[in-house]
Amino acid sequence: MERDKPAWLKATGAPRRPLVSRARSFDPTTPLSLAFVLLLATLVLLPMFWLVVTSFRNDAGRFTLDQYRQFFTDASFLKPLVTTLWTSATVGVLCVAVAAPMGWLVARTDLPGKRLLRILILASFVTPPFLGAFAWVLLGGPNAGLINQWYYALFGLKAFEAAPLLNIFSAGGMVFVMMLYTFPYVFTFVANGLDLVPGELEEASAILGMPAWRTALDVTLPLVTPALLAGYLVAFLQSMTLFGTPAILALPAGIDTMTTKIWSLFQFPPRLGLAAAVSLPLLAITVVLLKAQSTIMGRRGYAVIGGKATATRLLRLGAWKVPALALFAFVLGCSIVLPYGVLLRTAFVKNWSGPMGFENLTLENWRFVFLEFSQTRLALQNTFELGLAAATVGTVLVTVVAYLSVRRAVWGHRLLSFLATAPVAIPGIVLAVGLFLSYTHPPLVLYGTLAIIFLAYVTKELPVGYQQIGAALKAVHPELEDASRIFGATRLRALVDITGPLIRSGLVTTWILIFIGSIRELSATILLFTARTKTVSVTMFDLRESNDWGPIAVLSITMLAITFALVSLIDRFTHRRIA
Amino acid sequence: MKRLIAAFLFAMAAMLAVAGTAYAQETTSEMLAAASKEGKVVWYTSVDVKVAEVVAKAFRAQYPALEVDVERAGSERVFQRISQEYSSAIHNVDVVNSSDASHFLYWKQQKWLAPHTPPDVMRFPAQFKDPEGYFATWRATLSVMGYNTKLVDAKDAPTGYVDLLDPKWKGKLVKSHPGYSGTSLTGTFAIIKLLGWDYLEKLSKQGVLQLQSTTATPKSIASGERVVMVDGNEYNMFIEIDAKSPVKIVYPKEGTPFVTSPSAIFAEAPHPNAARVFENFLFTAKIQQLTASEGGTRSLHPDVKDPPGRTPLSTIKLLPDDPAAMLPQIADIKKRYTALFGN
Repeated sequence: MERDKPAWLKATGAPRRPLVSRARSFDPTTPLSLAFVLLLATLVLLPMFWLVVTSFRNDAGRFTLDQYRQFFTDASFLKPLVTTLWTSATVGVLCVAVAAPMGWLVARTDLPGKRLLRILILASFVTPPFLGAFAWVLLGGPNAGLINQWYYALFGLKAFEAAPLLNIFSAGGMVFVMMLYTFPYVFTFVANGLDLVPGELEEASAILGMPAWRTALDVTLPLVTPALLAGYLVAFLQSMTLFGTPAILALPAGIDTMTTKIWSLFQFPPRLGLAAAVSLPLLAITVVLLKAQSTIMGRRGYAVIGGKATATRLLRLGAWKVPALALFAFVLGCSIVLPYGVLLRTAFVKNWSGPMGFENLTLENWRFVFLEFSQTRLALQNTFELGLAAATVGTVLVTVVAYLSVRRAVWGHRLLSFLATAPVAIPGIVLAVGLFLSYTHPPLVLYGTLAIIFLAYVTKELPVGYQQIGAALKAVHPELEDASRIFGATRLRALVDITGPLIRSGLVTTWILIFIGSIRELSATILLFTARTKTVSVTMFDLRESNDWGPIAVLSITMLAITFALVSLIDRFTHRRIA
Repeated sequence: MKRLIAAFLFAMAAMLAVAGTAYAQETTSEMLAAASKEGKVVWYTSVDVKVAEVVAKAFRAQYPALEVDVERAGSERVFQRISQEYSSAIHNVDVVNSSDASHFLYWKQQKWLAPHTPPDVMRFPAQFKDPEGYFATWRATLSVMGYNTKLVDAKDAPTGYVDLLDPKWKGKLVKSHPGYSGTSLTGTFAIIKLLGWDYLEKLSKQGVLQLQSTTATPKSIASGERVVMVDGNEYNMFIEIDAKSPVKIVYPKEGTPFVTSPSAIFAEAPHPNAARVFENFLFTAKIQQLTASEGGTRSLHPDVKDPPGRTPLSTIKLLPDDPAAMLPQIADIKKRYTALFGN
């Protein structure tokens, strides 16, 4: 009953509700909403609260600024910060440099084999970045790396005497590998941006006699600039928060980034105050960048937004097909073909750097991983339990939250939407520091259990799920529910019978996306696992420290196979929706 | 007198009651029955993962009712994990093996270990076991140098640590990390004692590829990623040589660090009986011979024979480890080393 609501709630001006729900006499969704606000706040804000508190506290529990002072004056912290900033900025530039032309070529030209190219770009999107880094150690190690071996052989050079073609153990090598698995973000932004920009402007320019390249630069480019900028920022953020790639490629060269530095502060005895103080600037940077990104995307006004534009006449590439395809071949070759190839090869040989002769072939790595290695079963079991739990609970959670906030039917819907989106600004490793601080002391000691890792995964995946379900729900007009309710159905009934089936493919997609995101997670897990709660990703990370590349390759292939099986499931479900 | 004995027995019984369950030293049928109920043993070890799994497989074959969970990491990482877990009251580890012998002194001081002397250890030389029975050397290895025989001729190969400062080795060296590996820490400590920090400073300017584990460096030179290994496990070199990899061991002329790698049971072990069955098993002549033959480690068991082709310890100039002297310096060594070579 509206009039039964406490005065403070009326006074704060509960958000406007649609007519139908305003007419209800009692709305049980208000306490539900309140409960979910509390739940999400605990998930998202509690770790951040402890992060802030710990960063200002010394070992004796007193207020201090020492940790920040140390961070801003000690070169061993400033150097990783500088490295992180310039490498991430460079990754962003490289991503735009390769993904902008790729996006344009796919959207606006008659490039052959687009479907295959899109599939391969999707493949590099879902490849866990640390797998790519593993593969590139085998490809681009300065002396034994296969590419360098081919290079030496081709030019009759000798390793160690001539300079290698590439040295992957370097800041440059790290930037390159980060770019290979980050560019799909920019590509998606550009391709989607171009889909929204009507082709008429470009056609007009063509009719007026402009050569194709001038049209692309003077007309198309300005129209997608917001998408490019947004893509750049996302690429920057992605590379800044990666842990596996710098740990695998930069650490051996003695180069630290912010994430590897935070990780090293967690080596026993952990320096928690310092770790918290180092984490917060990283958090601040992501918040600022995301704010910038949403401002840029929000100002997209000058590109016509009004559904998908009419089909654009595709530009004939003619002889330009060759360089265009060469660009795709290079990028996709480096991110998919070569890495997958070298992992497959390594999984089936005794000596990964040796020639592919018959005497080098073996199934030993597979036998070891699946029959002998006692970590395999535990790690697979943990990874799947975590994936199933995070995907199931996460999907239910975001569905309720998205429903409450998209329908704007209840008090707190804005808050819900904020809380569900906020984790996008929290780098995985920073979230892990916060969770560690929150759950290693009473009342709730979760460290050492799968629960703390589960919380990390659910929190991390909230924004992805919320976006998916939110979009699916927005597509279902509330009138359908209203109609069923006029016929006497309860809200729950309407939800289950009407809305549920309509967003089913959205639910399945969300579930699978969270599952994939969880089974590949490394940067938060690395701080939260214990021997009993190891996942496949940290097991692989451990194997790297003893250079056991064969077993790493076997686990990589297993992980990729599972991921692609799930991606093709999404594909089936979404196609069914279209049909 | 009788009363005195009775009183003594009573006192003993009371002490036992206070101390909790008393465990037999040898594997009795009661212990085995209790162990089978516990079902498994959790083993944290720093030995190469494949060697660890060979041991685990042999254990499962002998005791089908018992499972072994192998948790392998570098000694220093094992130490950190246990410290982290114990500070959060997580008691997961049953039996531990680390190549940083000073860890056992620390754990003993903390009263985290359970005294237990496997029957075979009675016959070990005194310097390789704790007088109060808290730990004993399960295996030993040497921290050796080595090179890839395809990339360097025997006549050009380095013969000792000082040779590595020659400019011709720039960009060709690989070394493991004392912040991760106990063998590397023990060996690096021996090098510091012998040649001083000055030597490491010069070495750090040679473009050394910094890996983590002493199990990783032999694999690195075997693959040809680097030419010369500054430190690495002798046993991994034996494994590579047995697998026909093009590598050769160098016992540095200045001396080769001898690294003992003890084993112990934790007092708060979640599977106390299985832990004792496993610890006894680890020290049997059969397993000591197995790890020596297939894993390439050195054994201190009097019945174990070095497989043919291995340089006898007696002919190598050894630098013995000194865990008690190293213990207070560990943090400092790691810090200074990291400043020179990175993480």
